Amino acid sequence: MSETRVVVEVMLKPEILDPQGRAVKGAFARLGFEGVADIRQGKRFELTIEGELTADRMAALETLAGTLLCNPVIEDYRIVSVEGAA
Amino acid sequence: MTSRIGVVTFPGSLDDRDAARAIRAAGGDPIALWHGDADLPDVAAVILPGGFSYGDYLRCGAIARFAPIMEQIVARANDGMPVLGICNGFQILCESHLLPGALTRNDHLHFICRDQKVRIESTHTAWTADFTAGQEIVIPLKNGEGGYIADDATLNMLEAEGRVVATYVGPNPNGSRRAIAGITNARGNVVGLMPHPEHAIDALTGPTTDGLPFFTSVLTSLLASR
Repeated sequence: MSETRVVVEVMLKPEILDPQGRAVKGAFARLGFEGVADIRQGKRFELTIEGELTADRMAALETLAGTLLCNPVIEDYRIVSVEGAA
Repeated sequence: MTSRIGVVTFPGSLDDRDAARAIRAAGGDPIALWHGDADLPDVAAVILPGGFSYGDYLRCGAIARFAPIMEQIVARANDGMPVLGICNGFQILCESHLLPGALTRNDHLHFICRDQKVRIESTHTAWTADFTAGQEIVIPLKNGEGGYIADDATLNMLEAEGRVVATYVGPNPNGSRRAIAGITNARGNVVGLMPHPEHAIDALTGPTTDGLPFFTSVLTSLLASR
C-alpha cells in the first residue's frame, strides 16, 4: 500500500513571547556560546498517511493542522514537506 | 432542573470531585458528565474542572476541546447556558473559542501553587453575581500554563466591555496580560477562571471560603432566569 509522509511545523506567532525559547537562549550564553540573538521553540509533526493523499484529504489535513495541531490565536502552522512512497 | 449542574470528567481531570463538592455546598445537585458521551443530560449549567486533560498533550485543552461532549456544551453555551471553566477548564474554553485569547506558559516557567489574592472586577456574570464589585478574595492558584494572552485590541475590548471578571492583586503570578485572572463572554454566561474557587469552600480544607459565591451565584442566576 502506498504511503505519504507529511511534515507539519508549528511555531508561536512572532509577536507571542516564547519563555521556553528564552530559557534555552539563556543556556546557550551560560555554556559559552555567544552571539545568539534569538531562539524560538516550536513543534514538528511527522505524519505517515496510508493510501492516496487526495486533494480532499489534503484539504482536510490542512483544516486539522489549523485547528488541532495549532491554536491559530497564538500559533502558525506550515506544511514543510509532502513525500509519497510506493 | 435549575439546581442540576454538570461537571465534566476528562481523562486527566483532577478537580472534578472538588467542583461537585462545591456545587453541593452551595445547595445545588452536581451531575457527573463523561467526556466521551455525545449527549448532554438535563443540566442547567456546566463546569469544566481543573486538571491535565489528555495529559496536556499538544496544548493544554487542545484535545479536550474536541471531546464528544464538548459539541453540545459549546452549542448550549452559545444559547446562554452558564459554563464555568476553572484552570484547565479555562484553557478548554479558549481552545473552543467560547472565550477569546489563550493561556500560555507562565513567564517564569515554574509551576505555581499558592493562595492568591484576587479582585472581583465584574459581578455581571452568571458566576459572580453574589460578589460585590471590587471585592478581594483569597483562593488557591496552581498552574504551569496560566499566562493569559490576547492582542491589545482584544484586551482593550475586554476591559471596555467590563468582561474582565477577576484580576490578580499584588505581583503578577504568571505573566498574564493586564493581570487578568478571569474573563467572560459578551453575554456573561461563560466564565473562565485560572485560580480555583472550588478549593476554597470549606475552612477545613481550603484557605478561606471565598470561593463559594461562584457556586451560589449560578444557582441564584438560574432561579432568576426561570
